[in-house]
Amino acid sequence: MCTWETYRATIAGSAKGVEDWTRLTAVNVFYDHPANAPFDHALILDFVEDASRPGRRVSIELSATAASELLRVMHDALSCEQARLDLVAPDSLIDGSSERRISIETAAS
Amino acid sequence: MKQGMLAEVVGIVGHKGVTIEAYLARPISASPIGGMIVLHHAPGWDDWSKEVVRMFAHRGYAAICPHLYHRRGPGHWEDIAAAARADGLDKAMPNEQIIGDVEGAIAYLRAMPDSNGKVGVIGFCSGGRQAYLAACEIPELSAAIDCWGGSITPRGDPTKPASLSRGVLHRTPDMQVPLLGIFGNDDTNPSPADIDEIEATLQQLGKSYEFHRYDGAGHAFFTTDRINYRPEQAVDGWRRVFAFCETHLS
Repeated sequence: MCTWETYRATIAGSAKGVEDWTRLTAVNVFYDHPANAPFDHALILDFVEDASRPGRRVSIELSATAASELLRVMHDALSCEQARLDLVAPDSLIDGSSERRISIETAAS
Repeated sequence: MKQGMLAEVVGIVGHKGVTIEAYLARPISASPIGGMIVLHHAPGWDDWSKEVVRMFAHRGYAAICPHLYHRRGPGHWEDIAAAARADGLDKAMPNEQIIGDVEGAIAYLRAMPDSNGKVGVIGFCSGGRQAYLAACEIPELSAAIDCWGGSITPRGDPTKPASLSRGVLHRTPDMQVPLLGIFGNDDTNPSPADIDEIEATLQQLGKSYEFHRYDGAGHAFFTTDRINYRPEQAVDGWRRVFAFCETHLS
């Protein structure tokens, strides 16, 4: 169902991405010198598609305070009823494929 | 000062015979000139590091900045740096590989027709530590400049074995190259206490060194495109750098 659960935080940082939707397989998290954000150190999130293709990544650089704010609203969002159900679903996998699949033959019979 | 220069990307033969890209700038001059190897900082082979190369060329040196993450490519230097960072320091920048790449850069600069045979190395952040290590491992160098090199001293949390770093201070007995150090007193790695320890070690071993420590400056205070830039301290720091080069690379 549509939940319309919406959370917002004011943040400061930088980001760059890819030109279209891409599947993600890993996230690298660092606390180190950023490439672009105007801080000495930043919480850096590199969402990657394929480790063998360095350019296929979505990179986010946040101040420590902004990252803490993000954690707070993420925690709030994951505390909503639907998220709590998804987290405890018996076949919930890291790729989120917890939906039941209906075979065409079963539906047609 | 040299008004004319040539700047380009070249290939140099680095560690284990692997050809890596490097940014080269040299003055247009008929006189014999010294060389300088620029070791970029952890964020990568970036535009500021290439500005430093051109700065040395403007001052009359053939300067080269090897792309220390080249092997993690191909791709844009920024993406390659991110991938290298994800691999971890030991895999991205092993000391043996860095030394091999520096030796390749020395050979490249010395082979240039207008080389006077003298080559120095300057490094920033992780590059500063690598310049310190190079001063210990490559006696052919004529000068080494450590700009806020972090983790030269051992550090880490004993309860987190993965965080432990042995540093490179233990290699100091083998240092045979004059060393210049530039540090900000507000830096946390290296901290003032770290610099005190490094300096005490150099003094005890009778090494040739010169340190300059700046109030009101932290890490990376030469870097014009970062928040830590401190113009007054950077201008004086660069003056110290080029005076050191004049003494040892001319």
